[in-house]
Amino acid sequence: MQEAQSALQASYLHHQGRYKGLLGWIFSTDHKRIGLLYLYSITTMFVVGLLLGLAMKFELLAPGKTIMEARDYNATFTVHGVIMIFMIVIPGLPAVFGNFLLPLMIGAPDVAFPKINLLSWWFYVAGVFLVLAALLFGSGTPDTGWTFYAPYSFKTGTNMLPAIFGAFVLGFSSILTGLNFIVTIHRMRAPGMKWMKMPMFAWTLYGTAWIQLLATPVVGITLVLVALERIFGIGVFDPALGGDPILYQHLFWIYSHPAVYIMILPAMGAVSEVIPTFSQKHIFGYKALIISTMAIAFVGYLVWGHHMFTAGMSGTAQYAFSLLTFLVAIPSAIKVFNWISTMYKGSINLKTPFYWASSFIFIFMIGGFTGLVLGSLATNVHLHDTAFVVAHFHYIVFGGVSFSFFAAIHYWFPKIYGRMYDEHWAKVGWIMFFIGFVSLYTPMFYLGMKGMPRRYYDYLPEYHGANILSTFGSWILAMGFLVIVVNLVRSARKGEIAVANPWKGKTLEWTVPSPPPFENFKEIPVVGEKDGPYNYE
Amino acid sequence: MSNEKHHIVPYHVYVVILGALLILTFASIGITSIELGSLTVAAALFFAVIKTYLVLIYFMHLKYDKPYIGIMVGAVFLLFIVVIIITFLDYLYR
Amino acid sequence: MESTHHAHHLPYDAEASKIGMWLFIFTELLLFGGMFIVYSVYRYLNPEAFHLAGEELNTFIGAVNTVILLVSSMTIAMSTSAIQKNDIRLTNILLGITLILAVVFLFNKYFEWSAKFSHGIYPGSQEMLGTMSQGEILFFGLYFVMTGLHALHILVGIALITWTMIELKQKKIHHEKYDLLENSGLYWHLVDLIWIFLFPLFYLIH
Repeated sequence: MQEAQSALQASYLHHQGRYKGLLGWIFSTDHKRIGLLYLYSITTMFVVGLLLGLAMKFELLAPGKTIMEARDYNATFTVHGVIMIFMIVIPGLPAVFGNFLLPLMIGAPDVAFPKINLLSWWFYVAGVFLVLAALLFGSGTPDTGWTFYAPYSFKTGTNMLPAIFGAFVLGFSSILTGLNFIVTIHRMRAPGMKWMKMPMFAWTLYGTAWIQLLATPVVGITLVLVALERIFGIGVFDPALGGDPILYQHLFWIYSHPAVYIMILPAMGAVSEVIPTFSQKHIFGYKALIISTMAIAFVGYLVWGHHMFTAGMSGTAQYAFSLLTFLVAIPSAIKVFNWISTMYKGSINLKTPFYWASSFIFIFMIGGFTGLVLGSLATNVHLHDTAFVVAHFHYIVFGGVSFSFFAAIHYWFPKIYGRMYDEHWAKVGWIMFFIGFVSLYTPMFYLGMKGMPRRYYDYLPEYHGANILSTFGSWILAMGFLVIVVNLVRSARKGEIAVANPWKGKTLEWTVPSPPPFENFKEIPVVGEKDGPYNYE
Repeated sequence: MSNEKHHIVPYHVYVVILGALLILTFASIGITSIELGSLTVAAALFFAVIKTYLVLIYFMHLKYDKPYIGIMVGAVFLLFIVVIIITFLDYLYR
Repeated sequence: MESTHHAHHLPYDAEASKIGMWLFIFTELLLFGGMFIVYSVYRYLNPEAFHLAGEELNTFIGAVNTVILLVSSMTIAMSTSAIQKNDIRLTNILLGITLILAVVFLFNKYFEWSAKFSHGIYPGSQEMLGTMSQGEILFFGLYFVMTGLHALHILVGIALITWTMIELKQKKIHHEKYDLLENSGLYWHLVDLIWIFLFPLFYLIH
């Protein structure tokens, strides 16, 4: 206990650098502090996005106008989307847990470019303020949806430019994080840590970093073109001047589809850490998991057209995109089988992170299978732009991020704060969130199949029942979220002092004290010939 | 790692490469002024690709760097080509 | 270097900063790659209009600018050899030549653009909307965006080379630590690479 107390005092949390107090955080180049900066800013934005989501669900509690006009509803789903995608889903796991854990996992003192890492967080903050400026000032809140589809995005009178510019800056932040991770993994692995000895989470960060690097610039230039279209009228996406709005959709989704994989790969990585630790067993199919990670990263880059099946693409392109979409299902399924096989005959330690990780698999599978329904051409025509699509991508994107994020935060909580969370309330939070999630989105599958379109503030009376269930679900989910946050905040201050390795994890971050000292490792560890990330022999 | 010996490229190599690049530039101007129909674009792009290759290999030192950097560069170009081909599956058959 | 006592002391790793630069170059390639996709789609859809509009551009200025960029690429590439041989004076001269050529490139660009503006060719101009076909409007829209974006990169390159020269003067760059010089060079070659494609695609459509 005494030892743990002194670890807390010597940790990065209390390290005295050039600046004191808050400045010591927002100007810190320490990867652990930057990870927490991201954690706090992302959580703040998530609350904003969640409130907007709750407002939308409240509007749909009854047909007709409930609390807002159609215009306000359009603005609400736009801002909800922009915040959730660009500020939470994309930076979520890589920027928070990637920053905190990558150097610890590979035995490095920091990331390769600590200053650029800090700059990335500052870009994030700048992007957030730019988008918020679009809401508060100027000629009305953007109402295009987060996709900024042309030609409406340069025809609408609302305040688009700050929002577009904000998304651009957020993209830059994401690129810098990715760049840093790739160089860190290439150059800073501890002696003996060969590529095939890296923990799965580090591997998935590597895959994600490449997508961040190679996909984000495409949306960057697309947003620049939309902005130029608005300012100068250059004509590239304006059908009146010969431009092709479908080309906008191509370019937009070349980024925005891989963006889903930016999120899902580290989510899968976090789950791949939690499951072996709590099954107390070597991970099953380590190589298959790595190959499937890279396969998802690569094929996922090439499937963007499945967002545009009804937009007027050529039939040949539709076949190609449908085929490629189905291909992504293969590596995804490999991962699921590997996780299940890891649990098989393991000695399972039923703690909260394991609850979150195994429910992640459940949620992810529903999201994945409904994705195949949308990926096949015939059913897509019926379901396109209905509530079914909304349910599908919330299962994948929101479910994928939130369940893996909560698995990760509970799993690494002792490492981050040096204290244990309260197991009882953590499980209460989990069950509420889970029930809320399922009852929020499952009715929307049904509504979509019945023909309820997305992005409408009103609906026909026959959709009423399912919508009530969905809105109730949103309330349970929000309450569950509250329980989780209160429990974690309280535990970070008053929780039981944690030992260095409370879960008997086998990756390097568990070899340092909890919370880790400022310099991570007193001496850079050497990974032996027989050591591996999941060696439970 | 800071003491790794680097290959010092002799100045005359750069001069020779510049000469080649200039010749290719004038060749592409020359060939595009002849009426070749649809081959004109192909010819211009062909010369541009050779020039790119020379710049990447000699000016940007890929020849002297560890091979994995070159592999990354190749992979990025390949990815771009695949993306453009897939995009054209739409426009060619619309 | 400013004081970094609050940061971790990472050993100097030239290869890390080189890969970092390469990765950044990849993002730039895909940024322009997006534009090249737009260009190729519209060229495919409007072959005649692009042909017609391409005639308006001055091949001579384009060729001069190509030569300028190629020569400047060579001088900055040579400067890495010079610094490795610890020849600071020659490194400085070579960087200076690169810088001057970059400025000359921008001058040419300025005259080229102002000539277009004086003929009423600029995005959103009434004259273009009145007399030109949709394909020609697209051609010039892309011409201004792509060469404009390229010129912006030239400006960034000028800033980088200037910074390199300052650090060279302050002796922060020397024959054992020249990653900034090498990275400025890589960036400058990227600017060259993009122009290698812009030149035939805009100026050589005959």
